[in-house]
Amino acid sequence: MEQLAQHFVNALILGGTYALLGIGLTMIFGIMGVVNFTHGELYTFGAYMMFAFVMLLGLNFFASIAVAILLGVALGALIDFTLLRPLRGADIDTTMLVMIGAWIALQNAEQFVWSGIAKSVDTPFPSEPLVIGSVSVAWIRVFVFVAAIALIAATYLLINRTKLGKAMRATFQDPETAALMGIRVQRIYTTTFALGSGLAAAAGALLGPIFVVTPTMGDLAALKAFAIVILGGLGNIVGATIGGFVLAFIEELGAGYISSGYRDAMGFLVIIVILLLRPQGLFAQKERVG
Amino acid sequence: MIKQTFRISGVLAALTLSFGAASAQDTIKIGVTEPLTGAVAASGNYVTQGAKIAADELNAGKGVLGKKVELIIEDNKSNPKEAVATAEKLIISDKVPVLMGAWSSTYTLAVMPKLMEYGVPMVVETSSSGKITTSGNPWIFRISPTSEMEAKAFGDKVAPFGIKKADFLAVNNDWGLGAAQEFSKMLKSKGIEVGVIETMDAKATDMSAQLAKIKASGGDTLFLTTGVEQITLVLKQAKEQQLPQKIITTGGSSSPDQLIKQAGDAANGSYHLLFFAPWFPETAPNPDIATKFVEEWKKRDYNFAGLTEGFRGYDGIMTIAAGIEGAGKADPKAIQQALWNVKVHGVNGDISFIKQGPKGKESGQNIPNVFVVTIKDGKVSKF
Repeated sequence: MEQLAQHFVNALILGGTYALLGIGLTMIFGIMGVVNFTHGELYTFGAYMMFAFVMLLGLNFFASIAVAILLGVALGALIDFTLLRPLRGADIDTTMLVMIGAWIALQNAEQFVWSGIAKSVDTPFPSEPLVIGSVSVAWIRVFVFVAAIALIAATYLLINRTKLGKAMRATFQDPETAALMGIRVQRIYTTTFALGSGLAAAAGALLGPIFVVTPTMGDLAALKAFAIVILGGLGNIVGATIGGFVLAFIEELGAGYISSGYRDAMGFLVIIVILLLRPQGLFAQKERVG
Repeated sequence: MIKQTFRISGVLAALTLSFGAASAQDTIKIGVTEPLTGAVAASGNYVTQGAKIAADELNAGKGVLGKKVELIIEDNKSNPKEAVATAEKLIISDKVPVLMGAWSSTYTLAVMPKLMEYGVPMVVETSSSGKITTSGNPWIFRISPTSEMEAKAFGDKVAPFGIKKADFLAVNNDWGLGAAQEFSKMLKSKGIEVGVIETMDAKATDMSAQLAKIKASGGDTLFLTTGVEQITLVLKQAKEQQLPQKIITTGGSSSPDQLIKQAGDAANGSYHLLFFAPWFPETAPNPDIATKFVEEWKKRDYNFAGLTEGFRGYDGIMTIAAGIEGAGKADPKAIQQALWNVKVHGVNGDISFIKQGPKGKESGQNIPNVFVVTIKDGKVSKF
């Protein structure tokens, strides 16, 4: 029972970060129809920015997170401007290949700049954990969970309650009609990609200090993000949020009670089963062919 | 057009061949395949730095067979597939007569069939899976201890730990699983109870699920086998979850100074099995060699934390150099024969090979020294 409570808390916190990783990716896919292979690299970028600002420049931890997110947004906008804008209307395969190329180039650039050796980022939180009964959790993880939920809520509000969000949703439904209604679709695309990238960078900036920062850290994160997006239904933000928590609970409980060696396999096994039963994902209303 | 391309490529091929032949005469090449990037990059880089010190030391002296040693270093990207590709590239394209590598047991095991195929010997500097020297590959010469040797050596020092029940957390590959098996066998033979044996993927970063299970097992000691990156994460997460167990790492890849730097407080109270203790080189079996190596490492401004791995590269290259010297020529078969007779004074201790594995196709295995250190108040001290 004590073990179960600990697993439950672990999964909840892990789920928050998984959800954060998932929504950025699903947003870009849903609105732009772009399979964003650079998502994991934006995650890595966010983590390295934390290392640069906190450890090399000695900036405030929280300010660094904000700057890392903003730089992630800027890098996302740059990628859209240089790589995706010329390819609008191009075949999805063409875009995918370009994005795979960008992924490899970014990862190698990170390797070149930071070397392959892992870096760690200090946090201002006490190293003694928060203990409630038999459950114990690090303060930094509590902070990351709260921050992740806040970012997810902000994204949700942005899309559902603002004019920009309305324009994004309109573009999602039908880009041509949206353009006829006076929505600057190009600008919406760039904004979407920049925001999605910013969310990935945010996840990296938040998780980098918990784990260690390496050039290849994005691969596993991207893999999980894709799994979450597929689980939640492509393009569905609420679905991705729930998908993130579902994956975290499957992994945590599977590792705790079945086999830790198959921790990652278990998540994917469940995804295969769900796709067999519900090919559109858990929460998608209609199938969307990318 | 096609004809012309052929002609040009023919000329190019001839040029490449003649260059290859020319440089082969000027230097003696040694191929090195190590993980310079990816999940266990830190260790691979340290081993490579140690190898460079050895090569420079040889070249500053008489060289090998009167020629300069040239290390050709390839990055196996912490990936067994890449390890095979790098070994093949080194053998076929660089024509190295001998290799050193490939750090992880999994990468080494992946490379081994290629050694048989091309008939090239490899000195294994880090890998500890028993399978490497018992599977009947006569091209393997291992200077690092097997998990069994390590467990046995630790068995002689286990009493003061007062262990009643031990749990295991090991990386899910040949190294981790082998170590968990050998150490639990040794502990059981001493009447110590073995609790849970948990594993983690080599790339995993969140081990909270495994740790929650280990916490509930009621053991007093956790044996941890993985690279320094994951050890850092496990120590931090164990502290987060207030794991009651005392942590002992095995495999010699814990780089304690890196742990102190990256895991902070969480590293205090942990114990580490190592094959070189650079904090007290004067107590090494060959104090002169160990001290000289540590001084050279510091002079080059390499990371001090890397010394516990770096010495492997140094000892590996020195062993290879002795093999080539003994062979009298840079020929794979002759080096293989000569390695059986080498006696090298290394940083770990004296290196020579005994036979292991099925008769007629034995692999060479060295019997290295094992040391235990502990981290107290952010400092390493001898146990």
